[in-house]
Amino acid sequence: MPEVQGRRPKVGLFVTCLVDLFRPTVGFAAVKLLEDAGCDVEVPAAQTCCGQPAYNSGDKADTAAIARQVIATFEAFDYVVAPSGSCSGMLKVHYPLLFADDPAWKDRAVAFGAKVHELVSFLADVRGVSGVDASFAGTVTYHDSCSGLRELGIREQPRRLLKTVDGLKLAELKDANVCCGFGGTFCVKYPDISNAIVEEKTAAIAKSGATTLLAGDLGCLMNMAGKLQRQGIAVSTRHVAEVLAGMTEQPAIGETAD
Amino acid sequence: MSGRDAMLNRIRRSLGVAGNDAGRRAIVIARLEGTPKGVIPARGQLPRAERVELFRRMAEKVSASVADVPSADDLPQAVADFLRAHNLPAKVRMGADPFLAALPWSKTQIEVAHGASDGGDAVGVSHAVGGAAETGTLVLTSGADNPTTLNFLPETHIVAIGADDIAGDYETVFASLRARYGKGILPRTVNLITGPSRSADIEQTLLLGAHGPRRLHIVIVG
Amino acid sequence: MEITSPAFKENAKRALRDPHLQQALSHVRHNFIDKRQKAVDGLAEFDALRDSATGIKNHTLAHLDLYLEAYEQKVTASGGHVHFAETAEEARDLILKICRDAGAKTVTKGKSMVAEEIGLNDHLEANGIEPVETDLGEYIIQIRHEPPSHIIAPAVHLTKDQVEQDFRRVHTNLPIDRDLTEPSALLGEARTILRRRFLAADVGITGANFLIAETGTSVIVTNEGNGDLTQILPRVHIVLAAIEKITPTLEDVSQILRVLARSATGQELSVYTTFSTGPRRPGDPDGPEQYHVVILDNGRSAMLGSQFQDMLRCIRCGACMNHCPVYHAIGGHAYGAVYPGPMGAVLTPQLVGIDKAGHLPNASTFCGRCESVCPMHIPLPNMMRHWREREYEKHLSPATVRYGIGFWAFFAKRPRLYQFATRWAMRALANRGFGRGRFKSLPLAGGWTKFRDFPAPEGKTFQQMWAERKKAA
Repeated sequence: MPEVQGRRPKVGLFVTCLVDLFRPTVGFAAVKLLEDAGCDVEVPAAQTCCGQPAYNSGDKADTAAIARQVIATFEAFDYVVAPSGSCSGMLKVHYPLLFADDPAWKDRAVAFGAKVHELVSFLADVRGVSGVDASFAGTVTYHDSCSGLRELGIREQPRRLLKTVDGLKLAELKDANVCCGFGGTFCVKYPDISNAIVEEKTAAIAKSGATTLLAGDLGCLMNMAGKLQRQGIAVSTRHVAEVLAGMTEQPAIGETAD
Repeated sequence: MSGRDAMLNRIRRSLGVAGNDAGRRAIVIARLEGTPKGVIPARGQLPRAERVELFRRMAEKVSASVADVPSADDLPQAVADFLRAHNLPAKVRMGADPFLAALPWSKTQIEVAHGASDGGDAVGVSHAVGGAAETGTLVLTSGADNPTTLNFLPETHIVAIGADDIAGDYETVFASLRARYGKGILPRTVNLITGPSRSADIEQTLLLGAHGPRRLHIVIVG
Repeated sequence: MEITSPAFKENAKRALRDPHLQQALSHVRHNFIDKRQKAVDGLAEFDALRDSATGIKNHTLAHLDLYLEAYEQKVTASGGHVHFAETAEEARDLILKICRDAGAKTVTKGKSMVAEEIGLNDHLEANGIEPVETDLGEYIIQIRHEPPSHIIAPAVHLTKDQVEQDFRRVHTNLPIDRDLTEPSALLGEARTILRRRFLAADVGITGANFLIAETGTSVIVTNEGNGDLTQILPRVHIVLAAIEKITPTLEDVSQILRVLARSATGQELSVYTTFSTGPRRPGDPDGPEQYHVVILDNGRSAMLGSQFQDMLRCIRCGACMNHCPVYHAIGGHAYGAVYPGPMGAVLTPQLVGIDKAGHLPNASTFCGRCESVCPMHIPLPNMMRHWREREYEKHLSPATVRYGIGFWAFFAKRPRLYQFATRWAMRALANRGFGRGRFKSLPLAGGWTKFRDFPAPEGKTFQQMWAERKKAA
């Protein structure tokens, strides 16, 4: 972890393609949370995607090209933070694997990976944030996105911070740690199986007693929101950063202002 | 080239090694001779009385029934009591085990047959060479003393085990087998038995008495 | 077994619509998972044992040739015979010859996935020898002429009623009005019928969980005791096992045994863990007169030194498939191969080729649950990804995937072009969805919108808004 003596740490925000394209609110919530935690935030323009779609499709060449771009753009920051467990996992865990046999990039990827953090765990574990100054009336339930949970150990941190939101009640989701069926391209390559998996998830969400679903990955959230809406289940879906930052004026995912 | 040599060559080619590499051979010989132990659960590392108690508890957890007798001479009566309590005929088969042979079976009404089983016996009686308290496991070895068929064919299996022979862990039992049979040598069959036979193959319902004994009764001696 | 993995998508569709299967699978989800967790929680050293077991396997694989030599020496010294089979065909023929030489008419079988892999039963039947499966689950699927759907619970896809129907159909000598409502009645019936077959068999064939180099011993674990009756009653005992079962010492076996049953069924130890060494000794009143071990390669030696070597650590516990959301949805048969679930997704392309088995490593969300519960720390998702890489290199991925990913990557590598294009695209998409917030259908996104609504984007991209804010500041 880089030493940042006597100045606010410089954080490069890795927005993630889904947040950039579909829900900028999450990006702004991330900026607010990071600034409140004493960081200076920059958003390098030369960022697009972490490369997971190419990586998980077996296209190592394109993945490496994208990864080199990401590393070069971000490696000068003290920290690289993304509002996504899967993108953070890609940068932190998989970039070093990708370049393990590449003498030119191996060490750079490892050094870079050490600076990468998912947003909520960065706030809690690195910045020592123990509570947020936000309010949210209602019962929420939290889904553990797979990469964040299993690659990065994110489980307690979002729950701990959510409990400090004024007025918020947290109901545990049964089988919160079971996949929602998104899996990137999986949900469109094997839609029937993905649907069966997400139906198990929405059944658990409906039983949780919550009126809002939260998670830390927009891909999972769009998948679950889309299914909840198709099934007519009255649960709104948001990224956890929106609630922690107190930025919930924007309609929930897939909803309109009314 | 024989199938054996072809297989060894393929393995060596894949690993990128030579068969006559002295360093590799030394490593393998060292492990086979030294038989290093790995992680031994603390659970079974107890003084004698607690060890026996753990063995009993673990065996009962897997639906074996457990009784104890203060001395070997009490064993035949304990067997007779068990048979009567379960409405089983007073007829058992056992091997030539000297420990069992020396006991006062004639003081009971039990009819004792000797030798391997051909499937026509309701009750088999064996003497275990050891046990492991960590999972309530009995260890039995093949031979004329305790024919292996007695462990599987009769519907009820009664096993006598000396309290002193109950070890805390599997490794201790294996070490005693090494001492008895010699390094690198085992009898034809060593059975580790943990409870009576069972299956959960029908809609995950747990049922006892699949092919082996439906009932396993353990008598701890001493 | 007929491989139907190329038809995976159709298999999966059928499986999702099968009410018997879905009812049976609902038990898998919580039975295996909860029981395993309880067993793991009950042993403080569990994770340390996983590490120890992983280390033992890695060491063994690195010295597999030498341990194999040592093993063969010990088996021969104890009066047994070791045969080496490179292919499934060689293994089948070796076993057939041993059975023929013994004049075998019926052969009892303990549960063996390797026997399934080489198609042993069909081969024996075609040559006039009757194989009788004795593991209750294997017996049930044998009379249904089905392959197993799980590597340790082969009949897990069936309901009790289905089993009753099959018993009535096949056991025609028994009274028609007998009561088979209770599972215990079904078990009792199978026990009686199979007991006769056990006693009459000429040859018994088992698999092996371990082949111990130190003593020349084969180890099997069962809960029923069928493997034991299979190997001690007939005149000839044949062990069929693949090369990765070689394990150095009794102590090493103890390490792995402690994680095997706990990972598989949540038991502390299987009921019968049996160590068999050679044929009966002088003075033994029971036991086989002949002991043969057929050691199979079938593509495994090629995995050594490759990206897939770690797969050879697999101890066939089934924990991966017990925890897999895809397996929970479709069951084992949909995979169309001998080994289902995550471990099947990695092993099957090696055994039958990635061209036939491509769907298997692709039908995964990479949730990672399999790897997290694997007692041997096998990086299953990474190895599935390696298969996807092989597919991509060989141009085996569907055209839509190649072009789709290529299209995306073209833009992702060019940030300025990407931002220009995405602003335009998101504005168009937002306009299209204006007032509704989401799409019930979308061209090119049929796979998504068939089952889900598609949330509309906010309109502007984050980069666009960030740039605007900076300009305004």
